[in-house]
Amino acid sequence: MKRQDVAFAAGAIVVLLMGFGAVHAVANPYFFFAGYVIVQYVVLATAWNILGGYAGYINFGPAALYGAGVYTSALLLKAFGAPLVVNIVAAGLVGMVLGLMMGYLTLRVQGVYFAIATIALVIMLETVVHNIEYLGGARGLALIAPEPPAWAVGRTQFVFLVLLAIAVMSVALARWIERSWIGRGLRALRASEEAAECAGVATLRLKLAACAVSGALLAVAGAPYIYYASYIDPGSAFSLTLGLNTIAMPLIGGTRSWAGPVIGALLLASVQQAATVTISSELNVLMVGLALIVFIAAAPDGLIGLAERLRRKMHA
Amino acid sequence: MFLEILINAVATGLLLGSIYAALALGLAVTFGILHIPNIAHPVFVVLGAYLAVVANERGWDPILAALAGALPFYLLGALFYEFYARVFERRGEADTMQALTLFFGVSLVVETALVLKFGTNQQTVDVDYVGQSLRIGLLVMPYRLLVPALVAPVMILTLWAYLKFTYAGIAIRAAAHDVRALQVSGVDPHWIKRHAFGIASVTALVAGAILVIIGPVDPFSGRLQIGRAFAVVILAGMGAVPGTILAAFIIGVAESLVSAFLNPSWSPGVAFLILLATLALKPQGLFGASR
Repeated sequence: MKRQDVAFAAGAIVVLLMGFGAVHAVANPYFFFAGYVIVQYVVLATAWNILGGYAGYINFGPAALYGAGVYTSALLLKAFGAPLVVNIVAAGLVGMVLGLMMGYLTLRVQGVYFAIATIALVIMLETVVHNIEYLGGARGLALIAPEPPAWAVGRTQFVFLVLLAIAVMSVALARWIERSWIGRGLRALRASEEAAECAGVATLRLKLAACAVSGALLAVAGAPYIYYASYIDPGSAFSLTLGLNTIAMPLIGGTRSWAGPVIGALLLASVQQAATVTISSELNVLMVGLALIVFIAAAPDGLIGLAERLRRKMHA
Repeated sequence: MFLEILINAVATGLLLGSIYAALALGLAVTFGILHIPNIAHPVFVVLGAYLAVVANERGWDPILAALAGALPFYLLGALFYEFYARVFERRGEADTMQALTLFFGVSLVVETALVLKFGTNQQTVDVDYVGQSLRIGLLVMPYRLLVPALVAPVMILTLWAYLKFTYAGIAIRAAAHDVRALQVSGVDPHWIKRHAFGIASVTALVAGAILVIIGPVDPFSGRLQIGRAFAVVILAGMGAVPGTILAAFIIGVAESLVSAFLNPSWSPGVAFLILLATLALKPQGLFGASR
């Protein structure tokens, strides 16, 4: 292992230990209630960026995969009382299959058309769930999650820790992809699909891989949600705001590296969590909209790109 | 009984389709001809609907109000393009992802502005013909749908004639094909695209006015229409303005049949299913040139 890898692994372990320590040190469960949302966005933004940032295929429907994860997990919990680990794996598999389907779509459609097709996916899944009585339809579904293990203090703390572990693994996976031949291939593909194909990059296989991993992680992010909220409905599982944030966060942080989505998610989600307490949710959405416009107009490579530009200017 | 349901479902579908065509028309210009994926178009439609609501409170007919507001909306659309162009085209490349995100951001800002000004309540207009129906044998057509449905073909015909026969209209189509050749013949492509956006924005205003005649509108009404509008444009084929109406009829009738025979809760998925099927099987659309 290189020195950077050791540093990254150490950082990951420190984050996990800090999470575990905080659960025991901080008594107020609200802290983890808000923290869950923030960590969830880290997973979502990281997952989205594998396809959207590295490969340049804009998935406008991350909520479709997230919602599929939420409902897969809820279905298994309701039908078999399946444990959380099983639900997470199942959600990942469902997300992977949906992702692969999206990947095959890229054979026929690129660019804007792909983005629009992914919007279609959200509405179609939402319509399907609306019409399944077993899943509660439009009314939603309330389930009581099983008792959490004793070491996790409480239910909220337990799902927070589970999600934190998922987040660390997602970021590690994204970082590995970025630095391996897959990441190089995806970068080539983003620059020019034809040129990459001509240079012998297996574009289809790479696209399928990126779609599958991104889809699986997006769905996994949704799997613990039923344990967190005890109630789900199509509106919140396929939420437009969630999709919007997932896209905005990597763009604000920077899409070229694994750190971008993490920074974007931590920043935007924390501000939003603080803001929902102090200002109205409309102003919250307005803020995200304005942030998107400003970043696209002034800092298209996100905060990381901005920082690099500043550093270069200082040296020059 | 079956026949009656069928006839009425098809008729309602055609009326709805006509309205969808009006919704999608602006997008057929900006996306279909100029290839700029303006996903903010539906939110402009909603903005137009709110203008009609405000004018209606002062006793105006929504459609008349839309015609009166055409010039400000033209300027708004032109200004919007100017902003888009400053951000992207001067920079050299218009990255699809960034363009989409920009439009997405603009939609959010407009939606939220509407929420802050008018609240999330549904808004309606009050006109004499709402609530009455035209009856021909088994066929029942509410004026609420019939009047808006008659506006759309007029819009499409006008726009088609404009694109076909006027100098500016031909220049708009030329801008899509070869910007350099357009410049050589002495036309500023920037000006022509701005002009096209202005026109698209006026069609959004008229579409908004008829949308609020059919039913109540709230700040988020545009979201459901995004997919429908893109489905219409893509099914018609890029740049096929007259084809828009036929594509919209197909989608309208399909939705209406599903609503009548299956369950209304399935109908939002119909447009998207058609959209996905078109993209997968016939990406050039029914009337478009292959791309």
